Amino acid sequence: MRKKSITLLSDGALTRRENTLYFENAQGKKPLAVEGIYDIYIYGHVNISSQALHFLAQKGIAVHFFNHYGHYDGSFYPRESLHSGDLLIKQAEHYLNKEKRLNLAKLFVTGSAKNMELNLKRWKINASFGELLKELESARKITEVMNVEARIRQEYYSLWDKVLPDGFKIVKRTRRPPENEMNALISFLNSRLYATIVSELYNTQLAPTVSYLHEPSERRFSLALDLSEIFKPIIADRIANRLVKQGIIKEEHFREELNGVLLTKEGMKTVLKAYNEELGKSVKHPGLKKNVTKQRLIRLEAYKLIKHLVGIKEYEPLVAWF
Amino acid sequence: MNDKYLFNELLITGTEINYLFICPTKLWYFSKGITMEQESEWVDLGKFLHEKSYFGEEKEVQIGSIKIDFIKKGDIIEVHEIKKGRSMEKAHEMQALYYLYYLKKLGIKAKAVINYPKLRETKELTLDGREEEVEDAIREIERIISLPAPPKPLKSKKCKRCAYYELCWV
Ligand code: SF4
Repeated sequence: MRKKSITLLSDGALTRRENTLYFENAQGKKPLAVEGIYDIYIYGHVNISSQALHFLAQKGIAVHFFNHYGHYDGSFYPRESLHSGDLLIKQAEHYLNKEKRLNLAKLFVTGSAKNMELNLKRWKINASFGELLKELESARKITEVMNVEARIRQEYYSLWDKVLPDGFKIVKRTRRPPENEMNALISFLNSRLYATIVSELYNTQLAPTVSYLHEPSERRFSLALDLSEIFKPIIADRIANRLVKQGIIKEEHFREELNGVLLTKEGMKTVLKAYNEELGKSVKHPGLKKNVTKQRLIRLEAYKLIKHLVGIKEYEPLVAWF
Repeated sequence: MNDKYLFNELLITGTEINYLFICPTKLWYFSKGITMEQESEWVDLGKFLHEKSYFGEEKEVQIGSIKIDFIKKGDIIEVHEIKKGRSMEKAHEMQALYYLYYLKKLGIKAKAVINYPKLRETKELTLDGREEEVEDAIREIERIISLPAPPKPLKSKKCKRCAYYELCWV
């Protein structure tokens, strides 16, 4: 039995009675089969009892919280059950050793750029980040790597506008608060993706706090930020593009607030449906010679990182073949 | 009594002996705490057999670093291991012999019985004359787990239902 992710969009309460977890909202009270839950994503205002949290901790289920804008707020990350002192030491060693860290940081950026190029090709936009990637090679500091990464991303987003329908041009990619529709959509998807990666890391022995491209101090789970560089183009960007080009997400799915534009509840629902479908889609893995879901690709990326760290195989970032 | 291995071997678990004869790569990862989630049906079947097959015995007896499925006390102590099938027979056998070796070090004479409930078969073993085999295995485990990187995986039939499949072959 594959465990499932649960998303709570409505307001309500999460409680526990004996060995059952319940979610209660305006529609009523529903039991949730805890054995089948992989993780939980909460967008609504949800009260959680401490008994419910104890229960979730016991079952090793992570809970991710999102704010009003659908941005990631934080996670309930149960005390880690999977430990490997040896791996933690290797992770730290690759952070402390300047060459080793630079190498990994560059690999994340290269993988990310390759996936962006691939997207542009799918959208029939001719572009290459060759020059910038050459510059990346000669970078000697993490700040330089970050700088190249930012310029690649900027160019990438500016190219989207060529194919985006009117009303959904990015113009300038801003962070929070999102100031237009496409920004709001991308931020929403990226937030969810980040939380998904946090969940995947929870199920490995990697310490999510030790990262290479991003500074470990940047966010609590900075390794998820590193990995999200690879997956943002393949997952979030592709969904965002498809949704607006096919008219599944329309102007009416957004509302304006004092601070900017944000998705409506209906809009969030539609986007999350597309997101879950996308993660559940299988692709044939050329190395493993079997079908794996796109969500599983994240876990596999973590495994590749483990292999790099223990010195059995150099990390090669995932470049989409699908 | 030969005390040469008394302290080292006490840290080695039956699982490690078992894995040595299944796959050194698996042994290395396991010994570093890099374990895989237990989702496969195969593992569940093992658990099921374990829980359903043998009531009334003293189950899951932990002695130092070894954990014996169950023990029967008669004229001579019997340590029992429950296994699904014969495909990993050598690994099962060595695991059982290791328990006997371990117990002998503690001054306990015992014999081992490997149970294959699905096949309705059992296999009995004693340590007599096989101490060296166990000591060789212990030495080999120590060598493998002290390697800085895991031994290169070798693809075999075993890989298909190994929990480390994705880690090894991605
Ligand atoms: S997948 Fe194969 S090589 Fe890897 S640990 Fe398992 S048996 Fe060994």
